[in-house]
Amino acid sequence: MSEIIYTGAAPKAEISSVFSSTLEELFHQDSSVVYIDADLMGSMKTKELWKKYPDNVINTGIQEANMIGVAAGLYLTGMKPYVHSFSPFASRRVFDQVFLSIGYAGKSIRIIGSDAGIMATYNGGTHMCFEDIAMMCTIPGVCVIDVSDAAMFRSLLIQTKDRPGVTYFRTARRGLPDVYSDDTEFRIGEGKLISDGSDVTIIASGIMVGTAIEAAGILKEKGVSAEVIDPITIKPLDRELIISSAKKTGAVVTAENHSIHGGLGAEVASLLSGEYPVPVMMVGIEDRFGQVGNEKYLREQYGLTADNIAEKALAAINKKR
Amino acid sequence: MTTKELELFALDIRTEIVKAIAKKGGGHIGGSLTIADLLAVLYGNVMRYDPKVPDWEGRDFLISSKGHAGPALYAALALKGFFPMEWLQKLNIEGTTLPGHCDRLKVPGIDATTGSLGQGASIAAGIALGLKKQHKDGQYVYCITGDGESAEGQVWEAAAFAGHFHLSNLIFFLDWNKKQIDGTNDEVMSLMDPMKKYSAFGWYTMCVNGADVSEIENAISYAKHNCGGRPIFIALDVVKGSGVPCIEEVENNHCIGVPPALAEKALSQLEEHRRKLVEE
Ligand SMILES: Cc1ncc(C[n+]2csc(CCOP(=O)(O)OP(=O)(O)O)c2C)c(N)n1
Repeated sequence: MSEIIYTGAAPKAEISSVFSSTLEELFHQDSSVVYIDADLMGSMKTKELWKKYPDNVINTGIQEANMIGVAAGLYLTGMKPYVHSFSPFASRRVFDQVFLSIGYAGKSIRIIGSDAGIMATYNGGTHMCFEDIAMMCTIPGVCVIDVSDAAMFRSLLIQTKDRPGVTYFRTARRGLPDVYSDDTEFRIGEGKLISDGSDVTIIASGIMVGTAIEAAGILKEKGVSAEVIDPITIKPLDRELIISSAKKTGAVVTAENHSIHGGLGAEVASLLSGEYPVPVMMVGIEDRFGQVGNEKYLREQYGLTADNIAEKALAAINKKR
Repeated sequence: MTTKELELFALDIRTEIVKAIAKKGGGHIGGSLTIADLLAVLYGNVMRYDPKVPDWEGRDFLISSKGHAGPALYAALALKGFFPMEWLQKLNIEGTTLPGHCDRLKVPGIDATTGSLGQGASIAAGIALGLKKQHKDGQYVYCITGDGESAEGQVWEAAAFAGHFHLSNLIFFLDWNKKQIDGTNDEVMSLMDPMKKYSAFGWYTMCVNGADVSEIENAISYAKHNCGGRPIFIALDVVKGSGVPCIEEVENNHCIGVPPALAEKALSQLEEHRRKLVEE
């Protein structure tokens, strides 16, 4: 039913194409679905939809804050908004509007922040958002999703159509290798056990899932058995899966394309420190700003590599009591 | 500089923009080329600056609120000696000192870090007020905004602020090329009449041919004398990709790949233009 198909090769379909085809599916399923963008349809392969579905697609031009407010209003008329911009502009730039006009006011929205973290590559530091998970997780009732591949993205886009509150997706636009087979079922709050292990647990999200699988391979060669988990949703977190894995392995490494302050690692550590304290080491952006570069260069710059995960895994194992 | 010298300077700026973006393989070429004539006027005849002391206190400030026009500013700054010309060859590549979006910490002569549209407008207003409060008369703040960018509420917050505080030392230029990413302004979000809008916010407004260096220069000095204590808004009527026909004719020329063949064509068109100018 669910198969891990990760090879690291280029995906069958880019995230941007999957976004556009899934929206189209949603328009047919439910005419109250509305997609709003702020002059970045060209970047998300959705310009065709704009012409084809004038009733379901709105372009606000470059006004992200207004876009969130408009979505809040559309919701009050019975519509189901999906909004997109680059992740810094879909989170940082509009946080107050998301928090108040949607979250606090009890409405419902799906926000897609693309080019998450280092995936902003050549747009550089001004466009590189390492803090969206941290901000969004503070909104009561939020669902935060760090997209690991196209199958997961498609499934959760469809599933959250009627979800109350704020649902936040952060994702790459291109070059995200497939991890899950097309028939995989995903549920909010339900993590995926990608591989079994006994010495250490690697919990990785988004672009780091594949990297974690590679790290487990490196560790295996060193005789270390690593369990790999994709939480699917960073909030709500799959408490049972994570606690039971920590009990089994006694050491955890988290890996994310996000700041270690307030991200996946912080959520996992905060859960385990209360429920089952074990050493938790974090791979992520360590108190730094973004910069220009290709994905490979940026991974090396910020330590988002399989080698670094493996190294931190060994360190976590060493810290076991 | 004479008019012809300004035109040649603008050509040099365009040439360096094309070369640098082509070296990287692509980038924000459309909205960089459009402001070459303005930059030639500003750095050629209007602004006070010292390339040896980029943060000289007595300088005029220039903010490109449309931060993606970094390559244009960098070309002008390099040509004026703020940093070595070789830096341009490393535009937006790994470890660069010249990231595609304007960066005040990495690039000598860049006064504001921009790239999140709308923010530069407020920064410019803040500098203008700061100078005013410290009675630094005669120092100007120039700010380049985009027409797509002008959909951002923050631009109009800055406009209201500048009008309210009578920031007559602040000059906004609108790169009015009528295009943004998803299409024309009219398709995406109409700008309506920017002159009337700024005028309603208490600004002195003008509109000139943004591809004509003398019109731009005259407008700046005319506005400074006639603004009546108001901030100044000058719309630059231009074509996106301005000055390079083979880029102008690309419909969606916001951020594009610039393969060697296109770069060669662009450079030969610029060379042709230069030949004609020199012969005139
Ligand atoms: C706040 C924000 N939203 C979106 C973007 C992405 N973006 C970069 S340039 C651009 C279009 C800009 O259009 P315009 O201001 O007309 O610039 P020009 O055509 O002169 O290059 C967009 C949407 C951004 N940089 N900042």
